[in-house]
Amino acid sequence: MLGLEKKDFTLLLIVAAMVVFAPFILNPFPEGSSLAQMFNAGYPDLMQRFAIFGILVIGFNILFGLTGYLSFGHAAFLGAGSYAAVWMFKLVGYDIIPAILLAILVSGLFSLLVGYVSLRRSGIYFSILTLALAQMMFNMAYSVLGNPSSGYNLTNGETGLQVYNSDPQIFLSATGQNFPNLLGFSMRSETHLLIGNWDFTLNAGYYLSGLLLLISFYISIRIFRSPFGLMLRAVKSNQQRLHYTGLNTRPYTLAAFVISGMYAGLAGGLLACMDPLAGAERMHWTASGEIVIMSILGGVGTLIGPILGAGFNEYFKNILSKINDSVLHEWMAFLPDGFENVMVTLIHPFVGKGWHLTLGLLFMAVIIFLPGGLVEGGQRIGKLFRRTKADKPSDETPAGKETE
Amino acid sequence: MSNSILTRRSVLQTGAVAGAGLALPTILTAGSHSGYTNAPTGGTVTLGFNVPQTGAYADEGADELRAYELAVEHLNGGGDGGMMNTFSSNTLEGNGILGKKIQYVTGDTQTKSDAARASAKSMIEKDGAVMITGGSSSGVAIAVQGLCQEAGIIFMAGLTHSNDTTGKDKKANGFRHFFNGYMSAAALAPVLEARYGKDRNAYHLTADYTWGWTQEESIAAATEAMGWKTVNKVRTPLKATDFSSYIAPVLNSGADVLVLNHYGGNMVNSLTNAVQFGLRDKIVNNKNFEIVVPLYSRLMAKGAGANVKGIFGSTNWHWSLQDEGSKAFVKSFGTKYGFPPSQAAHTVYCQTLLYADACNRAGTFNPCGVGEALEGFEFDGLGNGKTLYRAEDHQCFKDVLVVKGKENPTSEFDLLEIVEVTPAAQVSYAPDHPMFAGGDLGACNPGA
Amino acid sequence: MDAIILQILNGLDKGSAYALIALGLTLIFGTLGVVNFAHGALFVIGAFCAVTLNRIFSISFETIDPTKTDFLGNPATIKTTYLEHWFGPDPAAWMTDWSVPLAILLAVPVMLLVGVIMERGLIKHFYKRPHADQILVTFGLAIVLQEVIKFFYGANPIQMAPPEVFIGTMDLGVWLGFEANAIAYPYWRLVYFLFSAVVIGAVFAFLQFTTFGMVVRAGMADRETVGLLGIDIDKRFTITFAIAATVAGIAGVMYTPITPPTYDIGVELLVLSFVVVVVGGMGSLPGAVLAGFLLGIVESFASMNEVKNILPGIDQIIVYLMAIVVILVRPRGLMGRKGVMED
Repeated sequence: MLGLEKKDFTLLLIVAAMVVFAPFILNPFPEGSSLAQMFNAGYPDLMQRFAIFGILVIGFNILFGLTGYLSFGHAAFLGAGSYAAVWMFKLVGYDIIPAILLAILVSGLFSLLVGYVSLRRSGIYFSILTLALAQMMFNMAYSVLGNPSSGYNLTNGETGLQVYNSDPQIFLSATGQNFPNLLGFSMRSETHLLIGNWDFTLNAGYYLSGLLLLISFYISIRIFRSPFGLMLRAVKSNQQRLHYTGLNTRPYTLAAFVISGMYAGLAGGLLACMDPLAGAERMHWTASGEIVIMSILGGVGTLIGPILGAGFNEYFKNILSKINDSVLHEWMAFLPDGFENVMVTLIHPFVGKGWHLTLGLLFMAVIIFLPGGLVEGGQRIGKLFRRTKADKPSDETPAGKETE
Repeated sequence: MSNSILTRRSVLQTGAVAGAGLALPTILTAGSHSGYTNAPTGGTVTLGFNVPQTGAYADEGADELRAYELAVEHLNGGGDGGMMNTFSSNTLEGNGILGKKIQYVTGDTQTKSDAARASAKSMIEKDGAVMITGGSSSGVAIAVQGLCQEAGIIFMAGLTHSNDTTGKDKKANGFRHFFNGYMSAAALAPVLEARYGKDRNAYHLTADYTWGWTQEESIAAATEAMGWKTVNKVRTPLKATDFSSYIAPVLNSGADVLVLNHYGGNMVNSLTNAVQFGLRDKIVNNKNFEIVVPLYSRLMAKGAGANVKGIFGSTNWHWSLQDEGSKAFVKSFGTKYGFPPSQAAHTVYCQTLLYADACNRAGTFNPCGVGEALEGFEFDGLGNGKTLYRAEDHQCFKDVLVVKGKENPTSEFDLLEIVEVTPAAQVSYAPDHPMFAGGDLGACNPGA
Repeated sequence: MDAIILQILNGLDKGSAYALIALGLTLIFGTLGVVNFAHGALFVIGAFCAVTLNRIFSISFETIDPTKTDFLGNPATIKTTYLEHWFGPDPAAWMTDWSVPLAILLAVPVMLLVGVIMERGLIKHFYKRPHADQILVTFGLAIVLQEVIKFFYGANPIQMAPPEVFIGTMDLGVWLGFEANAIAYPYWRLVYFLFSAVVIGAVFAFLQFTTFGMVVRAGMADRETVGLLGIDIDKRFTITFAIAATVAGIAGVMYTPITPPTYDIGVELLVLSFVVVVVGGMGSLPGAVLAGFLLGIVESFASMNEVKNILPGIDQIIVYLMAIVVILVRPRGLMGRKGVMED
C-alpha cells in the first residue's frame, strides 16, 4: 500500500494511530487529580513539540542513521527555518503556507552551503565543521544580526524575532487573523472533549504538525527503502570501498544532508507557526547536541526510533522541570512525616532545577546499556517473550550494533 | 529510484488521510466558554511562577521562587502576613484571591526565550494558570509578555531592567514593577556628577544584547547631558568569561571612568578583570580612575567579592531600607529562610500582592478587569515609597536607590550601602520618550 | 604598539588555559583513541577543588556576641574558623591567603582519583565503540558532573583571591622602554602563564625521558604494535587518562583568581579546546600547545576595537573561522603527522 511493503505500512499505520489518538493516550489521568497535574502530557504545546521534534529527528536520522555522518550543528537549520517563517508572518501575514515553504527553502539553502563545506571531511572533522559553522550562525544571530539600532536587524537578538503591530503584513487584512493560521483556520483553535472526569484537548496546530509528521515519516520510509537509501547505507559501512570502485559519494551525502536540513527547516517553520517567536537559543550547539541525544535515545538508523526518542526527551524535560518541593510533599503525603521529608530530600536533587541531572543520567544509561536506544530495549523485551523464534537479522537493527 | 515514484492512487489516498486529519477538530464542537482564558472554577486559583532554575541566573531564580512561596503563604492567610500589613490597599485578607485559595505551579525558563515560552505555555494550557509571573532577564520577560498577550493571560514581570519591556515591546497584558535602564541612569547621573565632577571621559563596555544596548544608551545619554564625554563604546560577547582583551585597551584610552553595562556573571567577570588590571589604582587626567556598574544586584555583588567596594550603581530595592514595608518583608523572609531577600525576591513578592489586590478590587480574574484595576493605581507600603502603576505603559514609577559597594561589610549580606534615594519625580519620563518610543500597548486580550 | 603587546600578553594568558586543556585532550585521544567531551568538566572540577579548600579553611564555630546585632536585630553570632583556632591567627591568615596555590595539593590526588574512576568505570568500555558513542557518553557525563557541582555550589560565580603578594600589576612597559604604566599587567596572570609553561614542560619531559613516556609515545604512534609487544596497555591507559585529568584540573585551580568559577564554564571551554586540538593537529602534543597559544592571541586581537569596527562581531566567530579554514586547507592541522586522521 502507498508503495510500501506490508511491514512498513503497518508501521505507518501504527504511527498514524499514535498521532490521531495522542490527545487521549497522553491524558491517562482524570482532570484535577495530582497525578494528572504532573504526568498528563496531552496538552497542545507538548503534543506539538512531540510531533515537531519528531519531524526534526526523522530528518536528522536520514543523515546520521543512514550515512553515519554525525552533524553537531543541525539546530542551526531549525533556527534558520523559524526565522524565515517569522519574517514571513511579519512581512506577508499570518498565513502558514508561505511561511513553511520559505522556512524549508531557507534551511535547504543553508544546509546546501554548510553541507558543501563540511562534507569535504568526514568523521570527527565533519562534526567539528558543522559545530563551528552552526556556532557562527548562532553567535551572529544572537548579537550582531540582532541589534535593533544597527539597520540590519534580522533576528532581534536575545529577545527573539516576533511580530509587532507595526509590521507591514500586507495580506493580513484579507484573513483578519492575528495568529498563524491555515486558510483562516487558526493554529490555536481547539476543541475540548469532556468525558467523565477527563478533559481531552484537540488542537488544530497539533493535528497539522501530526499530519506533517506522518508525511515526513512516509517520505523517510521511502528514502530508507530506495536505492538512494541503500547507497547512503553503503557510505556508512565503507566509504573507502565505494571510492575505490570509482564512485563519487559526495552528491549522495550532500543530498542526504540537504534533505535532513529541509526537515529541520520544516520543523523550525512549524515551531514558529505554533508560537510565532524565533529565539536564537534554539540554534546553540547544545540544542544540536539535544537532537543527537534524541536520535540516540530512540535508536539510530531505525524508522520509528527518532519519533520515540523525541517524545521521550520532550516528555521528561517538561515533566521533570515542573516537579517542585511542594508537589513532592503532596505525593509523599501518605508517608509518615519524618519519612516523607527524607524521601523529598532524596528526590529533590533530581527534579525541578535538577532535571538536567536526571536527563544526563538517563541519557548515559541508554548509551551504556542500550546502544540501540529504546528500539533495542523494545526488541530485547520482545525477545524475552518469544525466545523460540529464530534470530533472523532485521533491518530495524539499530546502528550501535551494526558498526561492531 | 524507480519504486519511489508516487502513483496517482497513492497521492489520492494520502490526500484523503490529510483531509480527515484536518477535518477532525471541526467535527467536535467547542466546550466551555467563560469569557476569558483559564477562568478559575471551584475553590482554587492557579498562578504560574516561571523563573530560571537552571543556567547562569539559577540562584536569582531560586530566590524569586522563595519570595513567591512566601507571598502565596501570606495571601492564603499563613505566616505573619509580611507586607500585606503595610500595603496601602486593604483588600487582602488572607483568604486567597476573591476568596479562592491560591495554588501555584513552577517552571524553568532556563534564561532562554524559547524555553521560557514553552514553560509558560505548559502552565497556561496544562495547569490552567490565570497569571504568569517571573523572569530574570529582559529577553525572557519580553518573550513571555508577548506570549501572555496572545494567550489572554496577565503577565507580571519579575526582574527585567531593559527599557524595551515597557517601551518598544510593551503589551496591554504585561505589567512591570521593577525599574529600568533609563531610571538607573537618571538616578545615577546626579550622584556621579557630585562625586566625580562634570569633566570626565567615560569608556563603556556593554554586553552585546538587548538589555546591554538600552542600558548603554540610557547611561551614555544621562552622563553626556551633564558634560561627560564618551570615549568609546565597546560591545562584549554575552558568553565571554575573560574580559582581559576588552579591559586592556581601556588603560591607555585616555578614559578616566569605566562604565560596565554588564549584569550577572558578565558583571562579576568584567569587574574582577578591571580590578586585576589595576584600573582602580590609576590616575588619569589627574583624576582617580573610577568604575561604575549601573545595575547592581546583591547576589552578584557577592560573586564579585571585595571588588565592588566603593563602586556606584543603582538597585530597585535593598533589604537595609528602614521603611515599615521593607522591614516587615525582611522580617518574614529572613525568619523563614535565614537570610535577607534579594531585590529580585522583593519585586516578585510585590508583583504577586499587587496582582491579588487588583483582582480583589476588580472583582474578577478577567485580564481586562485586572489590567484596568492596575492602570493608574497608586499605592504605598511595599518598600519603595509612594508608587504609581502608569496607565500609558504599565511601568511602576517609584524611588530609585543609588548604592555603593560597602567598604567595611559587617556580614556576608551587608555588601551594598544606600547612598541616595532618588525620588520618583526625578526618574520619571514622558511615555513617548524617544528611548521608549515605537511600542504599542494594544488592547487588553482576555483570550478565549 | 603598547596595545599590541598587551593583547599578545592577553592571548598568551588565554592560550595557557586552552593549551593545558588541549594537551590533555590530545593525550587521551592519541593514546586511548577516545574523544573526551567531559574534559571541560574536569577543568571545572579542578576549579571547584580550589573553592572547596577555601570553604574548608573557613569552616568555623559560632559564638554569640551580645554587643552586636544581625540583620533581623537578633544578637550577632561571631564565627571563628577552626584553622585559626588550631594554628593561631597568623598561620591561618597565611593559609587562607595562599589557599589557591595550596589547592593544587588537594587537586592532584582528587583529579588522579577522578581520572582513574572515569577511565576504569566508564571510558574503558567505550574503546571499541564508535567515536559518536564516545562523544555522546562523555557529553552526558559532562552534563551530570556540572549539575552535581551546581547542586553543591550554586550557579553564581564564586570570587577567589590570589595570594596578596600577587594582587596588583607589574609594569612591564618600563623594561621595554615604554613610559611608566603603558604596559601594566596583573601579577597573577603572569604567574598563570609561567605555571602553565612549567606544567607543559613537565608533561613533555615526562613523555620524553621516562620509560613510561616512551611507551605512551609509542602507543600514540602505533597502538596495535605496542599491544602486540606484550606491554600491558590497560594500566598505562588508566595512568595516561589520570595524568590528563590532573593537568586539566590544576589548570582549573590556578585559573580561579582570573575569572571567578561557575559550574558551567566547562561547556564553553570544551568547544574552544576541541577547536584547539583540531587546529594543532589531532594527536600532536606540540601542535595542541602551539595552537592553544595561537588561538588565544588571535582571539585577543579580534576583540580589539580597531578590528571590530571593520568586521563587527568578528570576536565572536574568529575561533570557529580558524577551525574551518584549518580543517579545509590543512586537515592534519598545524603540526599533525601526515596521514593521521586525514581523509
